[in-house]
Amino acid sequence: MGINRRSFFKAVGATGAAVALGREGKAKDINTNDVEFKAVLYDSTRCVGCQTCEFSCAEANNLPEPEDYPEEGIVRKTNENCRTVINMYETTKGPVYVKRQCMHCNEPACAAACLTQAMKKTESGPVIWRDDKCMGCRYCMISCPFDMPRFEYNSANPNVTKCTMCFDRQKEGKIPACVENCPAEALMFGTRRELIAEAKKRIVENPDLYYNHIYGETEAGGTSFLYLSPVPFEEIGFKTNIQHSSYPALTKSFLYSVPSVFVLVPSLLLGINEAAKSNLKKNENHD
Amino acid sequence: MTSPAYSVQKEKENQFSLRFIINELKPKGKWLTPFNIISLPIMLLGAVLVVIRFINGIGAVSNVNQEIPWGLWKGFNVVTGVAFAGGAYVLTFIVYVMKVDKFKSIIRVTVLNGFLAYIFYAGALVLDLGKPWNIFNPIIGNNFGANSVLFLVSWHFLLYIIAQLIEFSPAVAEWLGTRRAHRILSGMTLGAVIFGITLSTLHQSGLGALFLMAKEKIHPLWYSEFIPLLFLVSSVFAGLSMVIFEGSISDRVFADQISSDDKKVRKSILPILSKICAFAMFTYLFLHVLVFVHGHRWSYINTPMGYWFLTEILGFILLPMILFIISFRRNSIILTRIAAILTIIGIIINRLNVSIIAFRWDAAVHYTPSWMEIVVSLAIIFTEIWIFRWVINRMPVLRDSPSWAKNAH
Repeated sequence: MGINRRSFFKAVGATGAAVALGREGKAKDINTNDVEFKAVLYDSTRCVGCQTCEFSCAEANNLPEPEDYPEEGIVRKTNENCRTVINMYETTKGPVYVKRQCMHCNEPACAAACLTQAMKKTESGPVIWRDDKCMGCRYCMISCPFDMPRFEYNSANPNVTKCTMCFDRQKEGKIPACVENCPAEALMFGTRRELIAEAKKRIVENPDLYYNHIYGETEAGGTSFLYLSPVPFEEIGFKTNIQHSSYPALTKSFLYSVPSVFVLVPSLLLGINEAAKSNLKKNENHD
Repeated sequence: MTSPAYSVQKEKENQFSLRFIINELKPKGKWLTPFNIISLPIMLLGAVLVVIRFINGIGAVSNVNQEIPWGLWKGFNVVTGVAFAGGAYVLTFIVYVMKVDKFKSIIRVTVLNGFLAYIFYAGALVLDLGKPWNIFNPIIGNNFGANSVLFLVSWHFLLYIIAQLIEFSPAVAEWLGTRRAHRILSGMTLGAVIFGITLSTLHQSGLGALFLMAKEKIHPLWYSEFIPLLFLVSSVFAGLSMVIFEGSISDRVFADQISSDDKKVRKSILPILSKICAFAMFTYLFLHVLVFVHGHRWSYINTPMGYWFLTEILGFILLPMILFIISFRRNSIILTRIAAILTIIGIIINRLNVSIIAFRWDAAVHYTPSWMEIVVSLAIIFTEIWIFRWVINRMPVLRDSPSWAKNAH
């Protein structure tokens, strides 16, 4: 009995410590320093569908040039050789062009999913992928709510590819290739805070032109690609069932329970084992 | 298979020698059994396909695509296979923690099954990884993705394989006749069991938790925040159904290994296993009803996916549960076995639903496995059965331990 009580107190103490430590470790904010997330604002009312962004993206990333073009009724998708696409939708306000690429979430599901941190949210905002860490499990693809990471299925040494917001160019002090080359000024690069203010300003100044919503301000807990549209976003092919809080938060309660299970279950099992043993002894005595 | 002359010879050698090992590696018994004739060509074809996969990439043999990135190898061999390996943690709990000696006769074969399942499902995982040479990155710290459920699952996989190896190791020591090692390894069993059960509860539920972030991508009838709990509870009856099914085959195939006492015991534990299965299935159904009502899911029922959901729940959970209840009341072995097979099918359907069928059910391009994926999946399972048979025919798994090992207890 004495042993049981002692192991019980030990278990209680250890559980408390584990729970406290577990919480402390995980509750850290990604953006603790003063660097603000960089972002891109895409204004579909200005986009003319010229595909310059697609061509400059292909050039910047050494990918083949696109051979198809935006057409109504056809939804083009990014793939391992193409990191951004322009699609055309016929809407209640006429034809609207939409650029799609990785959204660069504030709290990306892909990075939370990655067991080697190959997918990584950088301090300045872009979500990047690192070749030397990835094991190719494709759990990032399972988790991404926007279906953006792409996999080179026909390669013996496959990479996961997606828009990196031209992270390497940004390190050299340049802006993303698509933004730099957009002739219609539909794309704008800046800090996320500035761009949300800019987007709000445009909506307020031109309420008839814009649908009153910035896609990406709260979707998936906030993204670094922000969208303005003349029509509701479901008309231009956006998923509107995206939740407005972070995706990694969905696994938090499970991950938090791990340290407590690790302490509670073994002590419970030891307790049962002691009880079973003493029961066996009692039975032997009766015989 | 094991002739008396052979066991005498083994008693004589009874020690760790190279010649003994080489002798044991040679096949025993008849070669041209129906099972060998079916499984060998599939295993050879599978090996060829694996070579093609490593030269030309996963896309050369598999139909997985950009929207449905996990196919048969992960959905069936890994996610489903691990559920069936759950029998090991349930039975080690009953035998080593609760000290129910009645189940001792099936404990080793169940642990062996679980151990091999994990080894081979880790193998299936390696085939499915794009860069398998990086598989130890989360172990060696390049980098520790500690926020990831998969990080947790991968560590638990590795540790549980080690725990199961320790649990099974006394049988290996008895085979090699190493008495000292046997004593040390037997002493480690309870620790390994407790560690193993803890790891099992976490990674059985962890496999479900993998899908928590795919909130809108899994059909709402299969997605809920309770997936981890549902996976854990279902692994109890999935594992035990596999124990019943495997037992019904071993009874026949390895009849010469099982002593007549053990044969009686193996029959008498079936009703108890049925009872545990029925209880676990009731809990599972209850959880499903709770999730269903709580999530206001009536509107999805009158759709094709809804009928498919009802088939899974009514046909492959409720029905086998009732059969299990009837079987232990009437003490009917046939009914127990039918119920176990239905449950096994139900678990396969459930795990494939969550990981493949209901995953991006709305996608334009649907995933159906290629014949090559199916061949590789089968080849993995057949190889596992070959190794299983090899071990059973050599080590005291189903047959009694040598007398020196028994006295040591």
